[in-house]
Amino acid sequence: MKNTEQINQLLHLADNALIIGHRNSEWCGHGPILEQDIAISNIALDYIGQARNFYQYAATCINGNATDTKPATEDSLAYLRDVRDFKNHLITELPNGDWAQTNLRIFLFSTYQYFLYQQLQQDADAQIGAIAEKSLKEVTYHVRWAGDWVIRLGDGTEESKARMMNAVDYLWPYTGELFLDTPTSIQQQWLQKVTAVFEEAGLVIPTNTWAQKGGKEGNHTEHLGYILAEMQYIQRAYPNSEW
Amino acid sequence: MEKNLETIFQEKIDAEIRIEPKDWMPEKYRQTLIRQISQHAHSEIVGMLPEGNWITRAPSLRRKAILLAKVQDEAGHGLYLYSAAETLGISRDEMTEQLHTGKAKYSSIFNYPTLSWADMGVIGWLVDGAAIMNQVPLCRSSFGPYARAMVRVCKEESFHQRQGFEILLTLSKGTEAQRQMAQDAIDRWWWPSIMMFGPKDDESPNSILSMKWKIKRFSNDELRQKFIDVIAEQVKVLGFTLPDKDLKWNETRKHYDFGSINWDEFWQVIQGNGPCNKERLDARKKAWADGEWVRDAATAYANKKAKQNKAA
Repeated sequence: MKNTEQINQLLHLADNALIIGHRNSEWCGHGPILEQDIAISNIALDYIGQARNFYQYAATCINGNATDTKPATEDSLAYLRDVRDFKNHLITELPNGDWAQTNLRIFLFSTYQYFLYQQLQQDADAQIGAIAEKSLKEVTYHVRWAGDWVIRLGDGTEESKARMMNAVDYLWPYTGELFLDTPTSIQQQWLQKVTAVFEEAGLVIPTNTWAQKGGKEGNHTEHLGYILAEMQYIQRAYPNSEW
Repeated sequence: MEKNLETIFQEKIDAEIRIEPKDWMPEKYRQTLIRQISQHAHSEIVGMLPEGNWITRAPSLRRKAILLAKVQDEAGHGLYLYSAAETLGISRDEMTEQLHTGKAKYSSIFNYPTLSWADMGVIGWLVDGAAIMNQVPLCRSSFGPYARAMVRVCKEESFHQRQGFEILLTLSKGTEAQRQMAQDAIDRWWWPSIMMFGPKDDESPNSILSMKWKIKRFSNDELRQKFIDVIAEQVKVLGFTLPDKDLKWNETRKHYDFGSINWDEFWQVIQGNGPCNKERLDARKKAWADGEWVRDAATAYANKKAKQNKAA
């Protein structure tokens, strides 16, 4: 039996994966190079798979506690909650921007997931441990793939460097939120990895430490509403249907 | 000498021996293949757009994952096919350029809009179904790299067709609104999908040589008839109808008779006047143009690294 806080934590993990997966899937068919179009679609698929695992488990836990007749499902959780109920970090819902911003976001976020999932592998709940273990294999690749792009663009042309610096300025304030309720060791490991990649890319870690926050409590940017409007439209327009 | 080589070439074809990239081949054979394979590759890439249009709106997480995987498969098919065409001495960049300038074509079916979720089902069932009918014989095409690429493509396409049929089967068992959505999608896509087999045999200028060279093995009309015969039966399983009042089993011919195709529409769409021609091509050109700085940066970085490695 899980309490509300534990269920919210599962939903938080699921929402993170779904929303960043959704954003990455927007690239499908529009990537700068065919091989990279395939790669980013694959990453989007990995994230959606992770989201499904967490939602399915959350649904099981919710149904175990529930007394009403309509059981939760992965789809009711993804498609029938509104902005204020979503618990993803703000960084996942920001627009893709260009290839620099997209890759920097994947790099910053998947590096966070990498250390988080390492810890969750040891979770007292074996089901969470198993999902973390499976996801970790995927995330390891995401970190490498996006990290390579951060380096390539940071150390590529003048234009790519300028674009990468813009992306750093834009995304950095959204990274502080990732560590509000994780052990300090995760933030340290994350910063170490990010510093190493930034150094190789010729990028500078911003000194601004102001953190935009609130996602986990449902205080989102204006972007999430549009994601949900698009994502949930069929389920909302044709309720109680099987697809 | 030339004639002799051509005789040897045709003898190989007749003996069902595959032609490989380094073998001698008539220039027209090479050009025909480049045209056909690149057109096929472009169709895969442009074909990502109408379905990609629904990835962010798929009605369940399972459907979203399947659709995303399917569209990604299409990118993969494009990749195999561009590689097969490159063995004939044309680069991927040249082919991309030909697509963007309109010199190279892609399948006209992708110039129609996807207006509802049911379109994802119908594209899998009819559009991929017609593509499979066209493509299975290409696995025995005389040109080795093309035939081998097609074996991989066909395996994945049959999965695509099944998932399309399954979307429609689910809709057929759903609410009245879902059934209407599915029937409407079938009504919109039926005629364009049977046009996918190309013009009638007597108006298909490239067919005769392609048959002689065993690039193609069945005529457009033969494949179209085969497709109609299959779909006319499958639509009964779904409990929907095809929008053709003349569709009727002909006991003498042992085939379905069907109504006349609006060839004017077919040629209009080929000439660029379909509902989405401009949008599709603009989307491809935009992706290419927006990606230029990325490709430039990747090249600059690779050169920098190569220099450093050399110096080290």
